[in-house]
Amino acid sequence: MNLQPATLQSIDEVITHYPADQKRSATLPLLHLIQEDIGYLPPETCEWVATKLGLQPINVLEVITFYPMFRQKPIGRRHIKVCRTLSCALVGGYKTCEQFEKEFNTHRGDISPDGEVTIDFVECLASCGTAPVVLIDDDLHEKVDCAKAKQLSDQIKAEAKKR
Amino acid sequence: MIAPPKPDLVTVNIDGKEIAVPKGTNVIEAARLVNVDVPHYCYHPKLTIVGNCRMCLIEMGLPAVDPATKAPIIDPATGKQKINWIPRPQIGCGTNVSPGLHVKTTSPMVKEAREGVMEFLLINHPLDCPICDQAGECKLQEQSTGYGRGYSRFIEQKNVKPKRTQLGPRVTLDDERCILCSRCIRFSKEVAKDDVLGFVDRGSYSTLTCFPGKQLANNYSLNTVDICPVGALTSTDFRFKMRVWFLKQTNSIDPESSVGANTVVWSREGQIYRVTPRRNDEVNDTWMADSGRELFKAVNAPDRLATTASIDTLVAQAAALFKANSTPGAIAVVGSGRSSVEEQFLTKQLAAALNATASTHLVSRVGQGDKLLISADRNPNVRGALVTGLISALPSQKLTALAAAIDAGKIKVVVSVGEDLAAVGLTAAQLAKVSFVYLGTHVNPTSAAAQVVLPTLSVFEKNGTFINQQFRLQKFAKAVPGPSGATDDLIVLAKLVTAASARLSSAPLAAIPSDLGSLWKLLAAEVPVLGPITYANLPETGLLLDATPFVALPFVEGETLHFKPVAPAVAVTV
Repeated sequence: MNLQPATLQSIDEVITHYPADQKRSATLPLLHLIQEDIGYLPPETCEWVATKLGLQPINVLEVITFYPMFRQKPIGRRHIKVCRTLSCALVGGYKTCEQFEKEFNTHRGDISPDGEVTIDFVECLASCGTAPVVLIDDDLHEKVDCAKAKQLSDQIKAEAKKR
Repeated sequence: MIAPPKPDLVTVNIDGKEIAVPKGTNVIEAARLVNVDVPHYCYHPKLTIVGNCRMCLIEMGLPAVDPATKAPIIDPATGKQKINWIPRPQIGCGTNVSPGLHVKTTSPMVKEAREGVMEFLLINHPLDCPICDQAGECKLQEQSTGYGRGYSRFIEQKNVKPKRTQLGPRVTLDDERCILCSRCIRFSKEVAKDDVLGFVDRGSYSTLTCFPGKQLANNYSLNTVDICPVGALTSTDFRFKMRVWFLKQTNSIDPESSVGANTVVWSREGQIYRVTPRRNDEVNDTWMADSGRELFKAVNAPDRLATTASIDTLVAQAAALFKANSTPGAIAVVGSGRSSVEEQFLTKQLAAALNATASTHLVSRVGQGDKLLISADRNPNVRGALVTGLISALPSQKLTALAAAIDAGKIKVVVSVGEDLAAVGLTAAQLAKVSFVYLGTHVNPTSAAAQVVLPTLSVFEKNGTFINQQFRLQKFAKAVPGPSGATDDLIVLAKLVTAASARLSSAPLAAIPSDLGSLWKLLAAEVPVLGPITYANLPETGLLLDATPFVALPFVEGETLHFKPVAPAVAVTV
């Protein structure tokens, strides 16, 4: 596991939040920290976390596969999360998503050919009044219709070109 | 009139029947005591309770008391204390009894709840009973008949999951049949201490899996097949071999070590198909080792001993050999810790008739104990040899005394009861110096060198008893008939005893009995500790004998399930 020193430090700190005989409880926070650092959970995560917490690897695999927001594969440089819950779906969340897919020539769940983005549907982002909403990494974008989706895509592409 | 319960007992009312049960009993076990079946899948009496199958739903209520005064509220209609029924069903496995607990297992609410649970369990179950090995002993099959609604309303597509995963060398998994009870996961973790199984994904996609790159390969893996309530986990060996309802069940004992795990041998038309554990809470709970389930394969092994000569001819040959070596001490007897108590008793009689009591030996087999159901002593019945008096001290692994006596030219004939002397420290030169009479089941160097070979039966083909490490006398019964050309050990030994005593005295003994009924009378007369017991009245779960005469002996066993050695085990060199 190739983790940054800061992550390793937070991992050791998080483990102390739980009683010594219930280190297992730290599984979920540890997985979050690893995913924040690496961007996904590489296959060796199970064994690494299990060793760290005195568990068996299967115990960690059970947790990773239970939660859909733990990724077992790498994603693009940015993660575009389009809301598909009722309010957004009613005012065109699906169309927004398709627009993003067209812009980046990719499909939901895959990395775009330029490696720039991964587009995913997510459940409610708690901004129903300004539907449809999109979360790009940690930034919330409201009222994202097809036009705004195109504009956001162009922005991302422009930033990519600068690099 | 109900007697006041003992302090550690709690009186509960199940379907109108009052019963006093120990504190901490759950509703399923309490109901079992009044012969009420509470259907369940995930609950297993020897595993932790998780309550995830929801099949054991019951309706329960507690006696009503006034919240302020704590005085019982009496129902004026009946004159009895009112019961506050909980309006929602509760799980029976996770509900422990409390004083005055009332349970209904047949109310409309319970019936509806069970039908609902059954319907959900069957949604993704393939219903391939006609080709499923579990059919006939399947809890899902039985309980959908007993408690299901009888027809399906499900018209959607069923889930597709892996159909034939090899979880390990002996276990095959059909994930579509799995109802996610997690018994196998808990067994692997809690009993076998090999936590490799788990559920991945969730909801209706949950799939039982072994961690990638690992295998369910421990020596207890087949117990997961036994406790699987459906046909998801199947034994790779038994899979598709035989319908279980055709098989005859015979109670037996696992002979691979001194634990003496209780087993059931499943056979049909003289052929054994599988061996499974039999519950004995004092010995093996409901488990047994995988290694013990393979032993029946030796029954039909190509190297099985058989003879075309009649047993009387062979015994006459042995008698001639005994007669030719009538100097006292010229004959040695090597008994076996694998023989039954009765056989060891007759071996002792044989040694006495041959003047060989001083040169009677037993071979010790020592391995590594696994702290569960295989002990360090790999003989099932060393205690039997002690109790019957065949030996007075613990056996050793190498027969150095016998070897020395052969070298000194004292011993001319060795009678071996199934022991290969080449394997216990006798050199080829020493073996060449003596004549052998060999009783046994399979070919080995000793049987090849023996002047007289008397083919006998394996543990699956005869009746008898073993005394395990707890000094528990346990019986095993004949599951299949022996092969032609092999004779019951007891008959062979009895004939040898008669032949040997004819050699010594002018008036031969009355024929030594070889049937268990009469033999036990003799056994009870000569071995006081076995006094009141007969083979017929011995309980199926065995009988603990008085071990006081032997406590000081340094037995090799370490701790195993339900067994703690009295004296610390001596260091064992394997």
